[in-house]
Amino acid sequence: MFIFTLRRLLTAIPTLLLISLVIFLLLELAPGDPMANQPLTIPPDVREKMREALGLGEPVHVRYWKWLVQFVWVEPLYLFDSAFGTSFAEGEQRIVSWQFRSPVFDTIWQRMPQTLWVVGMAYVVGVLIALPIGIISAYRQYSWFDQVGTFISMIGFSVPTFFTGVLLIVIFSVELGWFPSIYDTTLVVNSWDTFVQQVRQMAMPVFVLALFNAAQISRFMRASMLDNLNQDYVRTARAKGMRERTVVLVHVLRNSLIPVVTVIALGVPQVFGGAIITEQVFKVNGLGQLLITAIYANDLPMVQTLSVIFAVLIVLFNLIADILYGLLDPRIRYD
Amino acid sequence: MLDAPNSGKKLVEVQGLKMHFPIYAGLFKTRVGEVKAVDGVSFHIYERETLGLVGESGCGKSTCGRAILRLYEPTDGSIRIDGEEIAKAGPDRLRQMRPTMQMVFQDPQASLNPRMTVAGIIGEPLDEHAKLSKREKLERIYELMDAVGLNRNFANRYPHEFSGGQRQRIGIARALALNPKFIVCDEPIAALDVSIQAQVVNLLEDLQEQFGLTYLFISHDLSMVRHIADRVAVMYLGQIAELAPRDPLYETPLHPYTQALLSAVPEPDPREETRRTRILLKGDVPSPSNPPRGCNFCTRCPQVMDICSREEPEFREVQPGRYVACHLYNETTTTAGQTAASEAQSA
Repeated sequence: MFIFTLRRLLTAIPTLLLISLVIFLLLELAPGDPMANQPLTIPPDVREKMREALGLGEPVHVRYWKWLVQFVWVEPLYLFDSAFGTSFAEGEQRIVSWQFRSPVFDTIWQRMPQTLWVVGMAYVVGVLIALPIGIISAYRQYSWFDQVGTFISMIGFSVPTFFTGVLLIVIFSVELGWFPSIYDTTLVVNSWDTFVQQVRQMAMPVFVLALFNAAQISRFMRASMLDNLNQDYVRTARAKGMRERTVVLVHVLRNSLIPVVTVIALGVPQVFGGAIITEQVFKVNGLGQLLITAIYANDLPMVQTLSVIFAVLIVLFNLIADILYGLLDPRIRYD
Repeated sequence: MLDAPNSGKKLVEVQGLKMHFPIYAGLFKTRVGEVKAVDGVSFHIYERETLGLVGESGCGKSTCGRAILRLYEPTDGSIRIDGEEIAKAGPDRLRQMRPTMQMVFQDPQASLNPRMTVAGIIGEPLDEHAKLSKREKLERIYELMDAVGLNRNFANRYPHEFSGGQRQRIGIARALALNPKFIVCDEPIAALDVSIQAQVVNLLEDLQEQFGLTYLFISHDLSMVRHIADRVAVMYLGQIAELAPRDPLYETPLHPYTQALLSAVPEPDPREETRRTRILLKGDVPSPSNPPRGCNFCTRCPQVMDICSREEPEFREVQPGRYVACHLYNETTTTAGQTAASEAQSA
């Protein structure tokens, strides 16, 4: 297993290098000028100097190489320094955002908590409601519960989040006034009242995203349970005289969870990626919103860095899903 | 095995067992009919006896075996095992009775939970039905593994690491864990290759001797049934065509279907083999959702008569211990009645 993990990590390196290069070249090809937001009154020669100051005067391969060195060497060194109080990275140039004029990673670090709280919580809630729904739907296939569950999943699947989000805002913020429609990032939770306020402002975005996640995962869970419910070993368990609860929760569920756990693991990078649209609708200034505004502002270092971080997370969680598969299913051994 | 003492005590009694599976079709999934997988089967099994249940694929053998253990909900009929009526027993009562009756399944790969170790599989029924300490339980698991000829070192391995024969031994050890009296062997050797089949059948016979087990041995392998069974029931299309002690059945089959079935068994001696005459049945087995009127074999029977398509033949005792459902033997009803005593002699 260790060798397998190591081999997979090593093969991930060229993959990620290629992905970062492709992203870099795509951004290079994209129309849009980082200077576009500057006033038109700036004379052309000054404008040219500003471009050079941003590093845009260098050829493509030099700029890619510089970014790469900063990403894989300088930034980790800075992280190390701030963690252990050393000063290895002193004097090295960090990746700087063009719109904020501050290091990209500092901004990401600021935005991370909002995304993790809202999107992460939505994922946890989604999984927690999806699993029991999937289990019961499969066990009572074609019952009323199953039909209603299927209907709601189809809604969750097919209605986009920008629609459910706005719908919720209209109903619960505008009409009923129960929840705020805008997420207040500056809120500091230090008392019961602020905690309640935090819960209230999280409620709607979490609900919208949880519905979407739960719709997917509950379908996976149901299908996987149905696969296993008719297996011979389930009949064996019944013939042993096990309680029905043991049969379903120990024999069927544990075998059914194998594919579902990997699906859940593969969904985790999306949490870090943020839910771009939902964050936009509820004005949660998380990573998704950061990416969108960076694209609007032609903030290439920010877009590049965020995209590559997402790619790293996806590759990493693919590996984690594979390892989980090996741990959960004794028939699969990686050596 | 041949002269297995017939204690005379009936351990299993099945009366008019019916297992119908509904067919739903159409836009609103209404019930349009039913597959009569088992349609009125009656027999009994004496203690320490092996009853072979043979028949072609799809005739309802396995369904019958599963329904007897209430792994299906039987549509109708009565099943008494060791004096207890189980056809109508509630779920809790049924669960408490599971230790008495166990099953060895056909597919040794699929019937074992792939995520449990051998010790887990064999030991699980003990957790549920017996109060044993951890050490006693392990001791019992080792005991069972010894009994079925599995190396004790394999206790922590998973089913996929074993060969087919070894997996079937795990299945047998699992069935034995609770000291059952009655075991349904549902084609336990069908998924094994021939060299392993003999091992497993011999193991089953040894265990029967050792633990005083009673078997219902379901198989389509007629020579294997001849080897292991004391009495044999022949099934066709959800019903028993003929039930008789083994030797008379194989020597002088009464029912035309049994005759046809036995004529298909190849002869090891090539000179005999060339002289063997096969009775070839024409046509296909009718659908169990729509069995023919009268005798359900009348569509293919070489000796079909007028009455066959009109009246259903009664399953009656035509000679002591020999039951047959066929109009050919309508006149020979005289011997019925003096059953069990003479049955012991013929067995």
